[in-house]
Amino acid sequence: MISSYEKILKTAQDLRWEIGGDFHEKIMESLYTDASQIADRATTHPGEEPRFDLDRMIDRLVTSRIWGFPLMLLLLTGVFWLTITGANYPSGLIFTLLIEIIHPLLKGVSASIGIPWWIDGVLLDGAYLATAWVVSVMLPPMAIFFPLFTLLEDFGYLPRVAFNLDHIFRRAGAHGKQSLSMTMGFGCNAAGVISTRIIDSPRERLIAIITNNFALCNGRWPTQILIATIFIGTLVPSHLAGLISAVAVVSIALLGVLLTFVVSWALSRTVLKGEVSTFNLELPPYRPPRILRTLYTSVIDRTLVVLWRAVVFALPAGIVLWISSNLLINGVSIAEYLINFLNPFGLLLGLNGVILVAYIVAIPANEIVIPTILMLTVLVSGMTGMGEGSGVMFELESGMMTLDLLRMGGWTLLTAVNLMLFSLVHNPCSTTIYTIYKETGSVKWTTVASLMPVFMGFVITFFTAQIWRLFTG
Amino acid sequence: MEKKLNKDNQFEINESQAGCASCPVHNAANLKKLGVDMENWDFVVALAGNPNTGKSTVFNAMTGLHQHTGNWPGKTVTRAEGGFEYGENRYKLVDLPGTYSLLATSLDEEIARDFILFGQPDVTVVVVDATRLERNLNLVLQVLEITHRVVICLNLIDEAERHNITVDHRRLARDLGVPVVPTIARYDEGFEELLAAISEVAAGETQAAPYHVNYNHPKLDQAVSQLVTQIKEAFPQVPNARWVALRLLDGDERIIQAVENGELGDLTYTVADLDSPGVDTVAQKSGIRQ
Repeated sequence: MISSYEKILKTAQDLRWEIGGDFHEKIMESLYTDASQIADRATTHPGEEPRFDLDRMIDRLVTSRIWGFPLMLLLLTGVFWLTITGANYPSGLIFTLLIEIIHPLLKGVSASIGIPWWIDGVLLDGAYLATAWVVSVMLPPMAIFFPLFTLLEDFGYLPRVAFNLDHIFRRAGAHGKQSLSMTMGFGCNAAGVISTRIIDSPRERLIAIITNNFALCNGRWPTQILIATIFIGTLVPSHLAGLISAVAVVSIALLGVLLTFVVSWALSRTVLKGEVSTFNLELPPYRPPRILRTLYTSVIDRTLVVLWRAVVFALPAGIVLWISSNLLINGVSIAEYLINFLNPFGLLLGLNGVILVAYIVAIPANEIVIPTILMLTVLVSGMTGMGEGSGVMFELESGMMTLDLLRMGGWTLLTAVNLMLFSLVHNPCSTTIYTIYKETGSVKWTTVASLMPVFMGFVITFFTAQIWRLFTG
Repeated sequence: MEKKLNKDNQFEINESQAGCASCPVHNAANLKKLGVDMENWDFVVALAGNPNTGKSTVFNAMTGLHQHTGNWPGKTVTRAEGGFEYGENRYKLVDLPGTYSLLATSLDEEIARDFILFGQPDVTVVVVDATRLERNLNLVLQVLEITHRVVICLNLIDEAERHNITVDHRRLARDLGVPVVPTIARYDEGFEELLAAISEVAAGETQAAPYHVNYNHPKLDQAVSQLVTQIKEAFPQVPNARWVALRLLDGDERIIQAVENGELGDLTYTVADLDSPGVDTVAQKSGIRQ
């Protein structure tokens, strides 16, 4: 005996044949007709259309074949230039306050009440300095960058970026909507991976997920900005420094976009073959941004959230680093063993052991790469007078001092360039990896998405180093 | 406050009896934003609509949360939830991804459709872009096939004005058979009226006479009525047998499955299962939510 449920399904199946194949279109047609009639009855357009349509004029300009890309680059460079030049002063101010004034004060208090040296080390030199560093270096650029970016977004510029990039994505065999998920990835890769849900074809969605890591995220912008400022900005006269640093950061971001295209293209021609699906991309009207609300939400939602995440991960990292550089085996600290072990491989890639260790420590959060590097550099180069002892995570007040420190640690322009490249092309952070697993439900694709960028990073830095050395001798 | 069902406007308030107490502005003070506090809610309200019509802005204004808003379609792909208190009742508000239709061809459409159908919200607020009424109504008509408990939030009327478009919301309400409230969500205008409309629909005080699309297809109509009879026999509770019949004829896998395992029989306006897919805690932690 068949149940009433099965009977319904059977009837539906039989009836489907009877009605004929065109009824789906018929339904859609009726829906559109009725919607259009109702809309017509309720809408009136009194008077003439406005003669001058500002929206359309802006659209013609920002999505034009000739001006679209240059305008995009100009806007991006402008945003970074404002960020880099604007962040200098407040950064220094916060640094002076937290590290030059409050830190010695705390040290003094702890010495006067006789706290054991190792507790003092873990808490004040490890945890406190790590946190203070993150706040002083990351807060000012983020407080400038995020509101600017949010204003652009609120104004309606992002869909135009997607529109400009759409045909390239198609040619790469990917979905045009990937331009939107990539744009989202510029904020946070985990968010970018989730936003690929707007792509309906699983094949194209997978491509979008795997390549999202090539969009520079919040955690990596500060690294790019700092290294560009101290290594590349200092190559030119000071009045050009901000601009050149901004151009360097934009170039890295563009390289990320280029890699997105290349990897999408390669994937869609090999393991993820298939048809490109079409879609409609709506260009929303421009809306005057609500400036105060935007400032408020971008400070609360983005700046503070990212900062909090950095602090949460920097705290334990600071403690672990302090301990690992103060625990000695045969007179050599654990951290030093690890650095010496990875150093030959690092040098082959135009990086060094310190950077590789920093990237292992920073798997939970890219935000702590730079503090870890500085701390470890002091440790291995055995410099005195710059830090207060081994394992002390710190930042030096001016860019020049940081530069001097890193040069003493054996850094060259190549190291800086390769660090910027490796920061762009390496494994996603653990949150993103977890998100990829949740979205794909596949260990295999999660592994591909996590390991492929690391290998690419090794290859890219290796060849950069070889070519560089060939030319500079 | 008394509702008058007259020929001109089904939702017109009887003016003579509507004193201060029934004026929505008077009641606006009753709104209490509860943020993520969603304990002990009385009603569940879903926010649906086309992409980029201002759903998240409405969501933030009501809950006091800071769900990320942005001027681009496809920004919300997961469900965000928040709470508010209005009048005597506590509401749980669910912000759905923006979609053009409910045919569930992609994951975001599926999340929205499944929630409106299986989540059984007490009220579904469809946020509509007044400057693109025709396209937005496609979705409205599809929602009306699933549920009668609908309030239309006619948003962006300031922008419509800027483009010289006037939308007669009373006429729209009469044609659609559900309440229509004009709003400017970005500047917090029209929320008092919207909240009043939501609370009335939630409490069952509003009589809806939802518009149904006329398919002009005799064979189809016949097939639908034959199926509707069977569906009503098997699932007497189902409020939208006609829509279910259409989806079955169209071969919608998810609905076929719901018939197969009897899930369709659970659809009544009571407690909603809010743990269906869509909420992502990683997203919340990584800073794009709230």
